[in-house]
Amino acid sequence: MELSGGQILVQCLKDEGVEFVFGYPGGSVLHIYDAIFHQDDVKHILVRHEQGATHSADAYARATGKPGVVLVTSGPGATNAVTGIATAYMDSIPMVIISGQVPSPVIGSDAFQEVDTVGITRPCVKHNFLVKDVNQLAETIKKAFYVATTGRPGPVLVDVPKDITDPNIKIPYKYPKKVSMRSYNPVVTGHKGQIKRAVEMLLCAQRPMIYSGGGVILGEAHEELTELTRMLGYPITNTLMGLGGYPATDKQFVGMLGMHGTYEANMGMHEADVILAVGARFDDRVTGKLAEFCPYAKIVHIDVDPASISKTVKVDVPIVGEVKPVLQQMIELIKDSKTKPSKAALESWWQLIQSWRDVNCLEYDRESRIIKPQYVVEQLYEVTNGNAFVTSDVGQHQMYAAQYYKFDKPRRWINSGGLGTMGFGLPAAIGVKLAFPEADVACITGEASIQMCIQELSTALQYNTPVKIVNLNNRYMGMVRQWQEFSYQSRYSHSYMDTIPDFVKLAEAYGHVGIRVEKPEEVRDALKQAFEMKDRTVFLDFITDRTENVYPMIEAGKAHHDMKLRVAPGTPVERELS
Amino acid sequence: MRHIISILIENESGALSRVAGLFSARGYNIESLTVAPTEDPSLSRMTLVTSGSDEIIEQITKQLNKLIDVVKLIDLAESAHIERELMLVKIKTTHETREEVKRMVDIFRGKIIDVTPNSYVVEMTGQSNKLDAFIHGFEEGSIIEVARSGPTGISRGEKGLHL
Repeated sequence: MELSGGQILVQCLKDEGVEFVFGYPGGSVLHIYDAIFHQDDVKHILVRHEQGATHSADAYARATGKPGVVLVTSGPGATNAVTGIATAYMDSIPMVIISGQVPSPVIGSDAFQEVDTVGITRPCVKHNFLVKDVNQLAETIKKAFYVATTGRPGPVLVDVPKDITDPNIKIPYKYPKKVSMRSYNPVVTGHKGQIKRAVEMLLCAQRPMIYSGGGVILGEAHEELTELTRMLGYPITNTLMGLGGYPATDKQFVGMLGMHGTYEANMGMHEADVILAVGARFDDRVTGKLAEFCPYAKIVHIDVDPASISKTVKVDVPIVGEVKPVLQQMIELIKDSKTKPSKAALESWWQLIQSWRDVNCLEYDRESRIIKPQYVVEQLYEVTNGNAFVTSDVGQHQMYAAQYYKFDKPRRWINSGGLGTMGFGLPAAIGVKLAFPEADVACITGEASIQMCIQELSTALQYNTPVKIVNLNNRYMGMVRQWQEFSYQSRYSHSYMDTIPDFVKLAEAYGHVGIRVEKPEEVRDALKQAFEMKDRTVFLDFITDRTENVYPMIEAGKAHHDMKLRVAPGTPVERELS
Repeated sequence: MRHIISILIENESGALSRVAGLFSARGYNIESLTVAPTEDPSLSRMTLVTSGSDEIIEQITKQLNKLIDVVKLIDLAESAHIERELMLVKIKTTHETREEVKRMVDIFRGKIIDVTPNSYVVEMTGQSNKLDAFIHGFEEGSIIEVARSGPTGISRGEKGLHL
């Protein structure tokens, strides 16, 4: 079969089993778009801005486990995609980005729409390639998918100069079944001796804590993690990226940890004597003050990326390997071990945890006459029976979503954890809805974040992706305002917008349904109504309490036991204080 | 502590900037860097001199290993090794100083490889501190220019850094 470069590229995607390509055409990818025009196997989703394409592809990958694919043109097409590529990179999301480049002979001449895409993206991709010969195109694409999806996953960019896709140059096509790269051999199984040491340490623990992250989700290890945790009877906490890795409604789950984690999770980490970290990377939002992080604990760390181990926190038993096989081996060893966890120690540990749980750190004012954002998330959880895919933007609403929507399954909670990219939520919801057309998909957002990629409402109409936008509208960049309240004596410098669009009309202008909700008693019905409209995108604009803050909070630079708790009427903290 | 990291890396465009970019992005120290193809033209060997605490060096080697183009690396400072640097120095000479300069070059076992009535070009190899000592042996103003390769190194014994 003789094909042109453009045709080869599209055929590669087809052979790779790619369902959707999220993209935007332009001069240097026109040959590729012409090849797309002549086929139906790979569906192209035309976004309204390249950032949207990357977030949609990224969320598609997060929800399905399959790599997301993006196609953008050279110059501004590529630079617009950078935010989304960096977002995927920080959260280790498998993604392949194909960017057009000016023709090889003019590279370096400051040609129209030329940028050094390989150079610009280098620090925020797992790897990138510049294709210099059409004969290497198919192999390069194969390598890109291979690198993106193996080891610690990540985005891989392939920069394709226009002459490479020339329709007049045809060559024999064959998609390689396998590629091997002498310089890239990700580790799979963990070191047996280390695993044995880890199990011994775990079984002898008096105050154990399991701390799991996004690696469990990416590594499809939620079942193993759940089995191990239940077998041991130990408490477990998840990072923001790890939510859904262990069922949130289970009694052994103590909530999320870190800056806005629960009192019981953070106190548990602080007092623990053995910590099992699974696919988590000791991010600063998780650890707080490093010098006082888990002062009494010996730490076991399982991670596929050796560079994650002892990067910020020195660990006692490092295990480099994929979390799934490592956990499987641990389960077998625990089953066979004569040592059993000490019942007495575990009982008093759980009693201590219960005393922290009794603080009821997520309680808020339920009598309020103004809509509380937490209430909206709780109602969303109930209306969707906890089964929705929830995407979010970045800020207070993201934390409320993480705290109050109890994720029992992996891949349901889709947010930009590492980079913290505002504008992620809406295009992400579209990507998820395309992958799971029958599922409920909600985008929890705020009036500031949603405006960063609002243009994707148009994409949502074109491809009929009826997502539900839950806008927690407090007329502030809530998280910025919160920090200014705590650390800048309430000098709210530019954390509010004097002009905010009428979101109901805006939604209608884009061809969707808009609903404004101003009273707490209307919240539940509005959500129900929205989810009953199966074939419509609904923009729910909840006018929420402007003054609400996210609690608990570990302020930057403070330790886990140094938490700011809510002082709300009737809560245990208030009772304690009064 | 000073470390000499030897890296086998794919001889591809952009490979060097991946290494250099890693150091600047993560704020690691880079004292010198030399690179040239090996006997296998598809591979380059890079020698990188850096310094930092054990934790930092551990992170540097892990992050370097994580680069897809890096095939293998070793930290030469961990075992017995030899390191050499090449220096070319252009030295101002007068009728009176020419003999003295030549003696200096002999003492340091260098070679004079270019001669004009008013200058010598000296070629010298050795450990970096030997080259430093040679330069410091001259009065200020007598050296016209210095071109140094930066150190490169190899481990002692039959074991080596290869595929």
